Amino acid sequence: MKLSDNYFEIFGLPVSTAPDAGAIDEAYKRLQREWHPDRFSAGSDEEKRRAMQYTSVINQARQTLTDPLARAIYLLSLKGVDLDAETDTRMRPEFLMAQMELRERLELVDGAADPYAAIDKLRDEVAVHARDTATTFAAAWEGDDTAGARDLAREWQFLDKLRRELDEKEQRLDGD
Amino acid sequence: MALLQIAEPGQSSAPHQHRLAVGIDLGTTNSLVASVRSGKAVILADADGQPLLPSVVRYSEDGVVVGRAAKSAAAADPLNTISSAKRLLGRSADEISAAGGAGHYRLVEDEGSPRIETRSGAVSPVEVSAEILKVLRQRAEEALGGELVGAVITVPAYFDDAQRQATKDAARIAGLHVLRLINEPTAAAVAYGLDKGAEGVIAVYDFGGGTFDISLLRLNKGVFEVLATAGDAALGGDDLDQAVVAHLLTRHGLADSDAAEDRRLRDAARALKEALSDADEAGYTFSHGGQEYSGKLSGEELVQLIDPLIAKTLAPCRRTLRDAGVSKDEITAVVMVGGSTRTPAVRRRVSEFFGQPVLTDIDPDQVVALGAAAQADVLAGNNPDSDMLLLDVIPLSLGLETMGNIAEKIIPRNTTIPVARAQEFTTYKDGQTAMSLHVIQGERELVSDCRSLARFELRGIPPMVAGQARILVTFQVDADGLLSVSAVEKSSGVQASVDVKPSYGLSDGEIESMLRSSMENAEADVRARSLAEQQVEARRVLEAIDSALRNDGERFLSPSELSALQAVRDELAAVVDDSDENKINAAVKKLEAASADYVERRMNASVHDAMAGHAVDEFSAGTQDPE
Repeated sequence: MKLSDNYFEIFGLPVSTAPDAGAIDEAYKRLQREWHPDRFSAGSDEEKRRAMQYTSVINQARQTLTDPLARAIYLLSLKGVDLDAETDTRMRPEFLMAQMELRERLELVDGAADPYAAIDKLRDEVAVHARDTATTFAAAWEGDDTAGARDLAREWQFLDKLRRELDEKEQRLDGD
Repeated sequence: MALLQIAEPGQSSAPHQHRLAVGIDLGTTNSLVASVRSGKAVILADADGQPLLPSVVRYSEDGVVVGRAAKSAAAADPLNTISSAKRLLGRSADEISAAGGAGHYRLVEDEGSPRIETRSGAVSPVEVSAEILKVLRQRAEEALGGELVGAVITVPAYFDDAQRQATKDAARIAGLHVLRLINEPTAAAVAYGLDKGAEGVIAVYDFGGGTFDISLLRLNKGVFEVLATAGDAALGGDDLDQAVVAHLLTRHGLADSDAAEDRRLRDAARALKEALSDADEAGYTFSHGGQEYSGKLSGEELVQLIDPLIAKTLAPCRRTLRDAGVSKDEITAVVMVGGSTRTPAVRRRVSEFFGQPVLTDIDPDQVVALGAAAQADVLAGNNPDSDMLLLDVIPLSLGLETMGNIAEKIIPRNTTIPVARAQEFTTYKDGQTAMSLHVIQGERELVSDCRSLARFELRGIPPMVAGQARILVTFQVDADGLLSVSAVEKSSGVQASVDVKPSYGLSDGEIESMLRSSMENAEADVRARSLAEQQVEARRVLEAIDSALRNDGERFLSPSELSALQAVRDELAAVVDDSDENKINAAVKKLEAASADYVERRMNASVHDAMAGHAVDEFSAGTQDPE
């Protein structure tokens, strides 16, 4: 393992929009067994430091490879596209319309007879949108349409934010 | 990969020699120590065969007493007998009073750091915990016949950075090498996992005397992975007892009780709760205000009393499922930990919630210590073939304060550790050369609602237009869940870092002094105190000189005098944290001598200034005034 390798290389996987989940899991456990600080609890300070550094990267890599959106953003960064640094933030009008409708419904959750059910329903819909976006992102990426992939990743970020807000809302309902 | 591979790390020396290691469950009410003997984790009992050591420490006239003897003296000597020190561990004095105080103890504050006043002087919660650990260490060394290479100590999943650090400090004072701190529920799952080699997602429901924790773990081919954890640090079996006490008071039309009555009522309530574990109905008697009261309580009534409290444990259960992205039907086992899970109503509700029977094979009071012992055995290197690997997560999000009291999360809760995350920040003012970083922990949006962990400054940023500087702040959390933070300005490379040690915790100097005093004698203690005082004095001198120089250094000193004085000042600044008292003292003396002229000039001038602003008779009137 080299720290300069990209996350796919560290895990011994081809760069792809859909890496094999089982293979990620296998590689993750193999790497953790090799590098986890517990393996070095009687080692030198240098060994302990390196173990911490390596496992930090391994953990970050797994997190990125298993989270579809984080993975998509990482794929773009491998092609030199930094989503956060983008200044062109135009979005498709029909996407924005759909977002506004979803957000209005998010606001209405609190007044629903069964807010948990309302959240679940909305969450399912957002998940469907996100899945569709993931599919078209993969197609754009594989067709070398980097600009298209970038736009889709940005839409995906919106959907992800909505999902997080749903989670937060549910958390507030739980009273914590 | 092959180039960097290391042959059997950590097991280089004497591979077949059994290294003595223990697991310790440092509990709020009781503590236990366990070890793996002949391949099996067992609890190490005391000379009387008692496995539980009450976590009670008494500072008696003849020295420190720990355990049952201390507990039975609690009523007679309440001020010098400390129980539940774990609740105070790693807490600031402010937090303790915000949480309702420290019971009946006389709490004193030492620079924000809480101490309990006893006849042996003021003791910190860390020192009290260390006394408990010392007894367990001694017990283990006698039982195992040798010195320990180390211990795995369990902490509640909900413990934050300060509390984990405090636990480690207590172990150091007790002379224990900490192999790892692990979460209590994780240890419980280890205990079960070893027996069964099960795979899947396990829920660990830990309902103890004073706290509740729920954790979800994935178990796969020897790897334990904590997926998510949540809980309530102020909900436990004591609250169940309290619900019964409140009911008994209401039923008999009684007002509040004094301490002794309260104790009797609690005993009656606990006995009732336990009796109703295997009976439909149980009787009770207690005395209150000189009168005897008695009656009967049915199991159904008990359930009604405690059900709201049990329901309170289910919200965190839902939250962990959500955090882990796991549905109830993916849970393959539910492990029950903690004395409160002996209550049938608790078992029933939890079983209903997860839709499956719950695991109660291992004694819920011992399961945590047994799991810790298994992990200690692996970490000590006794088990080279073991595939067991414990991957843990941080229980609370870590972040920084940004402008306007807003918490910016850098590492979200339930991230697998070790972890390093970096984020870029920038300056907000033109020419800004320093940036103050405030490290916080918690889930809330406002900094004031989060736990403050540390503050430090990055200085020497080259002056630039606002927003130009690129300051990379990196959070690194190690395998024990302890945090260090560093900041670097990318264009100049200036950097600053801090190992997070909350201000009300113990400094390394303090811990070393406690170590010394615990091993040697009081003389070292005195020396350490005078060192601490010397450091405080040195800081005061530095502050005074800095503020004076800022005000009027250039007015009273020539440039060469100023730089000469500055150099002597820097000498003191360099040794202020030194553990050598003499060095600090010498530097203070030198600075005092070097600044004598300057001080005199300032004094003369200030007398002059003062008199210049006032009429002379004001002064003469002042001198005549006997006040």
